[in-house]
Amino acid sequence: MKTLTIPRARLPWFEALFWLALACSSLLMPDKLTLLSQILIFGLFAVSLDMALGYAGILTVGHAAFFGMGAYAAGLLAKHGWAEPFSGLLLALFVCALLGYLLSYLVVRGADLTRLMITIGVCVLLAELANRLSGITGGTDGLQGIEMWPVFGRFDFDLWGRTAFFYSFGVVLAMFQLVRRVLHSPFGLALRGIHDSRKRMLAIGSPVEARLRLAYCFSAAMAGVAGALLAQTTQFVGIESIGFNRSAEILIILVLGGAGRLYGGIVGAIVYMLVHDVFADMNPQFWMFWLGIFLIAAVMLGRGGIMGMLSRLVVTKGPQ
Amino acid sequence: MTRAATPSLRTQGLGVRFGAFAAVTDVNLTLEPGARQALIGPNGAGKTTLINLLTGVLRPTSGTIHFGDRDITPLSCDRRARIGLARTFQINTLFPSLTPLSSIVLAICERDGLASTWWRPLRRLTRVYDEAHALLGRLKLDALADTPVAALAYGKQRLLEIALAMAARPRILLLDEPAAGVPEDESGELFEVISELPQDISILFIEHDMDLVFRFSRRISVLVAGSVLTEGTPRDIAADARVREVYLGSSGAVHA
Amino acid sequence: MAIVLFDGVAYGMLLFLIGVGLSITMGLMNFVNLAHGAFAMVGGYAASLAMQHAGLGFFAALAVAFVAAAAIGAVLEFAFFRHLYRSHPLDQVLLSIGVVFVAISVATYFFGPSMRAFTLPPSLEGRVNLLGLEVGRYRLFLVASGLAVLAALLLVLNKTRYGAMVRAAVDNQRVAAGTGIHVQRLFFLTFSFGCGLAGLGGALSLGLLGLEPSFALKYLIYFLIVVCVGGAGTISGPFLAALLVGIVDVAGKYYLPGAGAFLVYAVMVAMLLVRPNGIVPRKGLA
Repeated sequence: MKTLTIPRARLPWFEALFWLALACSSLLMPDKLTLLSQILIFGLFAVSLDMALGYAGILTVGHAAFFGMGAYAAGLLAKHGWAEPFSGLLLALFVCALLGYLLSYLVVRGADLTRLMITIGVCVLLAELANRLSGITGGTDGLQGIEMWPVFGRFDFDLWGRTAFFYSFGVVLAMFQLVRRVLHSPFGLALRGIHDSRKRMLAIGSPVEARLRLAYCFSAAMAGVAGALLAQTTQFVGIESIGFNRSAEILIILVLGGAGRLYGGIVGAIVYMLVHDVFADMNPQFWMFWLGIFLIAAVMLGRGGIMGMLSRLVVTKGPQ
Repeated sequence: MTRAATPSLRTQGLGVRFGAFAAVTDVNLTLEPGARQALIGPNGAGKTTLINLLTGVLRPTSGTIHFGDRDITPLSCDRRARIGLARTFQINTLFPSLTPLSSIVLAICERDGLASTWWRPLRRLTRVYDEAHALLGRLKLDALADTPVAALAYGKQRLLEIALAMAARPRILLLDEPAAGVPEDESGELFEVISELPQDISILFIEHDMDLVFRFSRRISVLVAGSVLTEGTPRDIAADARVREVYLGSSGAVHA
Repeated sequence: MAIVLFDGVAYGMLLFLIGVGLSITMGLMNFVNLAHGAFAMVGGYAASLAMQHAGLGFFAALAVAFVAAAAIGAVLEFAFFRHLYRSHPLDQVLLSIGVVFVAISVATYFFGPSMRAFTLPPSLEGRVNLLGLEVGRYRLFLVASGLAVLAALLLVLNKTRYGAMVRAAVDNQRVAAGTGIHVQRLFFLTFSFGCGLAGLGGALSLGLLGLEPSFALKYLIYFLIVVCVGGAGTISGPFLAALLVGIVDVAGKYYLPGAGAFLVYAVMVAMLLVRPNGIVPRKGLA
């Protein structure tokens, strides 16, 4: 297979092009703005999962716990009197960072299986809690009656979703740059080291568990921001934002795009949600069936996702 | 940079059992400041196990380890590394997806407590990069600084093992068969590098190649079936009949 | 109160029956199989079909359930699972999620989304007097079955050569293979057997939990709890954990109806904190 070589110095141009194309999609598909916003939001959610899974190596099928918590936090804040958008994001970030930090003590130690169980368990526990506290959360009917104040005091959340789109776009882009910053920091290097050889990291004096806890905490905070965005842009929080199915779905999205690669989550979200939209009229059972087939095929034929495939076709060359 | 004198590393009655199997028994070993000490013994004698005990990878079932006045027995592996105990592994334990340069940079960052900063770009740490380049240069790896570790030749990987340990500016260096698998013409170079290490570092190395052991060590400990058979200068050990019998073979001639 | 306790035990036995296969699989092959509930579901539907379309009696249908689930387990092991024993747990998780999604959608397609109709066989209807307590016959049957399977498994594992091979392979797979144990065949048989047991449990749950396509995922968390809290790779661990989960769940729902399943999850998290390796940490089977 012929490989395409791109000088590394040119990469930022491609990235800028990517984001520009995303922004312009709002002009090309003005009636699909809600979908586009959700692509961005789930892209961010997937990237947050990547931080835990791809970079910190924590296998979790319970990440929707943070997504849902963030959504409820932002939703409840708005519903109960303070509907300034960025405050909602900040609240979600802090709540989920705290929750993630507390959970990280459980999640980081212990074998893979125990860890998987705890992540699933906590997610399901919070989902059940959300269900039970339906007086606060709206239960299976969902949290309704969220009316957001205008962004920057000027841009109303309009019915067509234009403000929602650009708001989501801005926040997701900003968070993405933050992730990139973290990955290119000494901490990011330490995460890669841990991923390669935990034994070696311990031998050079790295407090491995502390590093992983911080990564998980980040990951939780970001997932919370994504959840908050969804709550604010759709003005609704459904109970499915917090359950096992949502966790499994975001895992699939990430793997589709490629875990451990900066753009994996976003690419996965784009492909998954566009395909889902095309087949939106399809019987949900058919969707689940083909999704299952896809998963089996993907695992049996090898991992790496779309980004992995791209990395085999396109080679970057030049100084780092 | 002036440093306090390297403390000695001392074990007392150190031992570990796995069920009924005693891998290491009642080892009293002292590594003096500035030592160049070899640990030899037949295969399965427990040499790597002893290193694992010293570095905290294994918890002992009996005995203590002291670093100077400090009892380090309860300390975790990474704690011990942070107080100045570095090691190399018998089987290359490197970072396959990194480069020699980024590996050393990582080690320096961990040493200086920079590895938790998540807001500053790596490339701004010029001081760290300079130090990393210097270290790689000393170990003749500078030309390969940006080659993926997984693509390095075996001998170069062994050198990187040592470089990683050195990056921590250790006070005690435990080398587990540093020349293992390295072709004979390259192992000399490896040990030249080791012999050029600062004199205030105490080095304990496991080695099977007797030429290297007698050439580079000032003191030898012989470990057999988990306990120390004897200790002494190279001359003493070469002359010791028990060592010859157990390890070198009773008909083997020894070059001292 | 005693009735609640008994009902909890009965529920626990059911969870044990389904979950024990998962414990052996996870302990023996280190394989994270989130599709285990699907095999239970297969057994349930097989039994239901056997009774409704082939006119078989309940007990015969149980046998059908075992065989059907074991057969499907065998096929899937051969086709997919066995290639992933050494893979990253993520691959195993993804594959098993894929399998369960396929299973649920196929079941919905053929059987519809609603709960499967089921009539208790006459011999298991009604109540019987056990030590002064009026207990449901069906639940008593569940308890008896659970104990029987526990005894049988412990017997097989501790007294037969096959059991010794399984225990050896759980302890140290490489060495076991070195002693001439045909590990691949062992895995194949054990996996199929575990699935068969799950199928049996699934058929039994027709009368207690009800069968619908979402069964596979709805109760997955309980099986996982039983295995993790009990200790993967052991038999008695999941047994104890299953009893604990069963009792806590039933008692919780009875005394604190507002809490729902919340109590079980909370207990699970607490147990995993106290004993991260399970009630009976793995040191060989049983």
